[in-house]
Amino acid sequence: MPHTPHISRRELLRGAALVPVAGALAACATPAAPPAATSSAAPAATSAANPFGVGTKPLEIWIFDGGFGQDYAKNIHEPLFKSKYSGVEIKHNATKEITKVLQPRFAGGNPPEVIDNSGANFMDFGALSQDGQLQDLTPLLDAPSWDDPNVKVRDTIDQSVIDIGTYDGKFSVLGYVNYIHGIWYSQKVFRDNDWQIPKTWDEFLALCETIKKSGKMAPFTYAGKFPQYLYEPLLTMAAKIGGNEVLVNIDNLEDGAWTTEAMKTAAAAWAEVGAKYLMEGTTGLDHVQTQTAQNKYKVAMLPSGSWLENEQKTTTPADFEYGMFPIPDVTGSDKLPYGALHTQPGENFIVSARSGHPQAGMEYLRAMLSKKAAGDFSELVRTLTVVKGATEGRDISPGVTSASKAVAAAGANAVYYRWNNWYGPLKDEAVAATGELMSGGLTADKYLERLQKKADEIKNDSSIKKFKR
Amino acid sequence: MFFNRYRRGLFITSFLAAPVILYLVYVIAPYIQAFYIAMTDWRGVTATPRFIGLDNFVRLFNDTVFWKAVTHNAALLVLLPLITIVIALFFAFLLNVGGAQGVTGIRGSKFYRVVFFFPQVLAVAVVAVLFQQVFRPDASGMLNGPLMALGLGPVGFLSDTDIAFWSVLGVMVWQAVGFYVVLFSAGLASIPKDMFEAAQIDGASRVSLFFRITLPLLWDTVQTAWVYLGILALDVFAIVWVMTLQHGGPDRSTTVMAAEIYRNAFEHFRFGYASALGVVMFFFTVGFAILSLRLSRRERIEY
Repeated sequence: MPHTPHISRRELLRGAALVPVAGALAACATPAAPPAATSSAAPAATSAANPFGVGTKPLEIWIFDGGFGQDYAKNIHEPLFKSKYSGVEIKHNATKEITKVLQPRFAGGNPPEVIDNSGANFMDFGALSQDGQLQDLTPLLDAPSWDDPNVKVRDTIDQSVIDIGTYDGKFSVLGYVNYIHGIWYSQKVFRDNDWQIPKTWDEFLALCETIKKSGKMAPFTYAGKFPQYLYEPLLTMAAKIGGNEVLVNIDNLEDGAWTTEAMKTAAAAWAEVGAKYLMEGTTGLDHVQTQTAQNKYKVAMLPSGSWLENEQKTTTPADFEYGMFPIPDVTGSDKLPYGALHTQPGENFIVSARSGHPQAGMEYLRAMLSKKAAGDFSELVRTLTVVKGATEGRDISPGVTSASKAVAAAGANAVYYRWNNWYGPLKDEAVAATGELMSGGLTADKYLERLQKKADEIKNDSSIKKFKR
Repeated sequence: MFFNRYRRGLFITSFLAAPVILYLVYVIAPYIQAFYIAMTDWRGVTATPRFIGLDNFVRLFNDTVFWKAVTHNAALLVLLPLITIVIALFFAFLLNVGGAQGVTGIRGSKFYRVVFFFPQVLAVAVVAVLFQQVFRPDASGMLNGPLMALGLGPVGFLSDTDIAFWSVLGVMVWQAVGFYVVLFSAGLASIPKDMFEAAQIDGASRVSLFFRITLPLLWDTVQTAWVYLGILALDVFAIVWVMTLQHGGPDRSTTVMAAEIYRNAFEHFRFGYASALGVVMFFFTVGFAILSLRLSRRERIEY
């Protein structure tokens, strides 16, 4: 066989010479070499009007294009920033997939300045913080506010924003929207049927019974595909019964935090709702489907947050009139009074520490926290911001009005939790187990045992960074 | 002569260089990197992952969720090829030699052949979304609508932990059968017709025709199908991720290895740990491939 293809040793070596080329190309999956430390010195001199020293480099902004869209950034925040810094070029971007688009940018060492790190695919804050990617926003808190040089930014927002945005002792995540959680209903339906807002849990159960017997609609539903919509009222109820420390202990992974009496009562209460009063098929429906069912008057109540009204604006009948009420009194000796509420800053904005122009990023956030920007935002997307008094004198929708009244009534009795953002695997477990609790697959005790077990597991896992509040 | 040979080698090398380099860069190199990342605590955003040796693998052995995923993959590995091949063989037999004379297909077989292939044309994500609607747990679900009209309560095809896995299996079979009908049809077409005719003249029934003639002569094709389906069962991801509740739920009742890898990497940002899971999955897949190649060594029937 004289013509058998034959590759000589020499050719093989020549081919081998190409391999390093391949090796260089292949370096893309693993991270790039550590970037040189960026100097944190401001590119321009600081002054009272320009507290962070914004220079002339461009400002890149990434907005999560979700329930609030991206118009608020394009038409409200960016023009406001531009009005003061006409020399800074703004690169506006929006995506529904924050992680997929931006995670490679972080790994590559050239992240954008401002990121609205929200939506289902947000980047893990713990991971970002652990790697020093988050700009310390403490200077922002101490800077004069956009509206009044005599008031610091710190005093224009709620303390919980600062608490929740603090990672590793540094305030680094700005929750812009104040999410108010509660049970949502149609004010029209309640008026027409003469159903009263329940003040106690017995009244709530009686109301469910009444609605069920009326045959007009199902009493209660939740986004069954996403049981996190239900562990929210469950935890809020536990906090109402046992006080804020119930949630603090859960966040801090304290021993037995999940299996307290308050948690047992709350879990049992919601399991009963799951067994008796859910709309048919609830466990297989998502938030859009259940919320639309409510808009079609097929179900009376569901737990959600203050984004609901905006999310449903296209399917809500004109006279629906969203309203919300807080978790009713459960035991008669609840630690927190009636009206206690779960409020949590969300729609989290971060500034990347290793971006080219973090100063402009902070200044952009300062502009966002002005009363004009926040007020315009609330009108546009029907949601309250964390900026105090930004909606004063403005014409806002019934749902937002109802929610802001509830916030005012709650006063200092507002609670929140953070374990679900800190410990992803624990959230997964809670989501899975809560679905089981509501469909009868787990008893309240087994449910809490399971979560306690997972919490202990995380506590004992040295590879998972721990947080405290 | 030598020059010619040299030229020829150069010619071949130049053709091979591009695909080989692409393969090295985009397939082999990431594999090797995955082995390295598996031994770090990389969380995806830092430039300097810390080397932690085999910690991730130790953690993996105690990860009940991952092992649950493995059992689901194992169940699929057994059930998916079995069910798909049985159904596909049955259909292929009917379409090609199931007719009255034993040498043609049943009436309308050309039409069915096209219909069976439809699912194969749809993208996996489309199939997953489609079946979300089919399985909807209220009256607007394609299956539950009629069931509820008959007064049978809505079945939680995707929301009941005891049923969801079977729904996933059902969808996978539904999607795979069409392709294997075509594959087996091609196999049947290569069997000489006179064998069937001879068997018929000897008075063989359709059943014995199938078990005595069709199946033995198709055995090679069946084995190929088995390996393909086995690999499909091991790396199933899109159907589970898109269709099921909570990406592998409810309560992890449908989760698979690939879903756990994705969850750990892109939801929990534990890229190091996810790579370790990937390495384990790699060995499962390679193990399966070696095993199936070993077991399928068998004398061909020459005809």
